[in-house]
Amino acid sequence: MPFFTPGDDPGSNFPELLRRVGLGPDASDLAGPVSAPHATTCVALRYADGVVMAGDRRATSGNLISHRGMEKVVQADKHSGVAIAGAAGPSMEMIKLFALQLEHYEKVEGAPLSLEGKANQLSMMVRSNLPAAMQGLVVVPLFAGYDLRRRVGRLWNYDVTGGRYEELDYVATGSGSLHAGTVIKVAHRPGMSRDQAIDLACTSLWEAADADSATGGPDALRGIYPVVATITADGWQRLDDAELATRYEAIAAEVRSR
Amino acid sequence: MSMPFYVAPEQVMKDRADYARKGIARGRALVAVRYVDGIAVLAENPSNTLRKISEIYDRIAFAGVGKYNEFDQLRVAGVRAADLKGFQYSRDDVDARSLANQYAQILGQVFTHEMKPLEVEILVAEVGVDGPGDQLFHILYDGTVMDEHRFSVLGGDAEAITARLAELELEDVELGAAMRAAAAALTGPDRSLTAGDFEGAVLSRSNGRRCFRRLDDAEVGALLAG
Repeated sequence: MPFFTPGDDPGSNFPELLRRVGLGPDASDLAGPVSAPHATTCVALRYADGVVMAGDRRATSGNLISHRGMEKVVQADKHSGVAIAGAAGPSMEMIKLFALQLEHYEKVEGAPLSLEGKANQLSMMVRSNLPAAMQGLVVVPLFAGYDLRRRVGRLWNYDVTGGRYEELDYVATGSGSLHAGTVIKVAHRPGMSRDQAIDLACTSLWEAADADSATGGPDALRGIYPVVATITADGWQRLDDAELATRYEAIAAEVRSR
Repeated sequence: MSMPFYVAPEQVMKDRADYARKGIARGRALVAVRYVDGIAVLAENPSNTLRKISEIYDRIAFAGVGKYNEFDQLRVAGVRAADLKGFQYSRDDVDARSLANQYAQILGQVFTHEMKPLEVEILVAEVGVDGPGDQLFHILYDGTVMDEHRFSVLGGDAEAITARLAELELEDVELGAAMRAAAAALTGPDRSLTAGDFEGAVLSRSNGRRCFRRLDDAEVGALLAG
C-alpha cells in the first residue's frame, strides 16, 4: 500500500503515482519511425441539451483494414467523453489512463474535476506523448462534455504538442475530418434538437467513409455501426445499434432517392 | 547516566491499546448493514463535508471512525492501492480481502513500532455479485481483522449498539428497513437524532460499474421516515 510523507505526496495525480511506484511509461530513446494500426475520423458537435460525439469503427495498417470494430469514442466519466484519432495502441492506452485519472481524482478529492480541468489534464497527457509522436505514434484526441457549472456542452480539439483549442459548435479529427467537418459545417445550426444533431453526426461519418478509405462506413452485413453518444446534464448515453441501424437505413434511402 | 525504567512489554501494549481505545471512544459510531441489494452504511456525523464513508473502488467502500486525519490517510492509501492494482492487472482483481490485509499490516506495524498507535477503527466493505458474496472486514487499531456477516459496528459505544442490532431480524431487508435499524441502533433509547446528524451511503448491486453511492440528507431523511 503506497504511503508518502506530507511534503512528498503525489496528491490526486494518478500518472505521477504510477511513476513514483515504478509503473510509469519507459523513457523511450528509440530512434526511427514505428508503424502501428491507425484509427480515424471522429466528430463532436453541440446541440440544445449538450453534445453528440461520434466515431467510425475502422483501424487501418497502411492499405489494410486491421480492425473493424474498434471503439474510438469512449466515455471518460459520467459527464465527458474522449474520441481519438491516431496510432491505435497509444491512443487506447491514453484513453484508459485518462479515464482512470478522472476517477482517481474524484475518489481522492471527494469531488470530480471541473470540465475545464479535465480538458487541461488531457492536454498534458497528449504533450507527454510527444516523443512517441515524433516516431509516428501520433495521438490526436477530441474532448467533449457537459459543464455542470455553466450548464452547457463544451468541445475541445487538440494538436500533437498538447495544444488545446476550445471550439464553439463542432469539431472533427482524423483522416476523414475534412469531409466530416464540412458536412457538419454546412448543416450545423445553434440549438439543434437531439434528433437533428445525431442525424448530422451520422451523415458526416457516412460522407467521410464515402470519400476516405481509412474511414469505415456502417457495416450492416456484420452489424457494426459507428459509436454515437450524447452527453447532457443527465450524463453519457450511448445509442444502441438498433437505433443506429434505423438511422443509417434512412440515410441510405435518402442517398438512393437522389 | 540515567537509565530508562524497565516497563514490561505487556504493560506497553496495554497502555497503547488503552490510549487508542480512548481516542476511538471519543468519536461517534458507524454502522454497516447488509440489505437485499447490497450494503448500507450509516454514520453519526455532524459534518456535511468531512466524510467518514467513501468509495475505494467499483465494489468496495471504506468507512472509518476515530481521528479524521488518520483514517483519511488510510482511505487515500486504499484508493491508490486499488487503482494501481486495477491498472496493472484488471478491474476484477481488486478485492476487499487483499485491501483489508494490507490495512491490517499497516495498523499492526504502527501499533507495535511507532510512538503512538493510530486512533482509528476502519471498515472495508465489498458488495458481491450476489448476496452471499457481500463482505465486511472490520479492522481494529492494532491490526486485528474481523470478517463480519450481517452487520458491523465501529466506534464509541459499539457494544451497546451491537446489542441493539443483534436483537433485530435483518435477513434480506429493504434499504429503508436497514437504514431505520441502523439509525435506531446508533441513536439508542435516550437520544433523538435527525437526518442531518447522519451521513449515509450505499454499495448497491444495481448501481452499474461503480456501486458506491452517497445519500444526501434528503434521501437519508426519506429512508428514515419510511
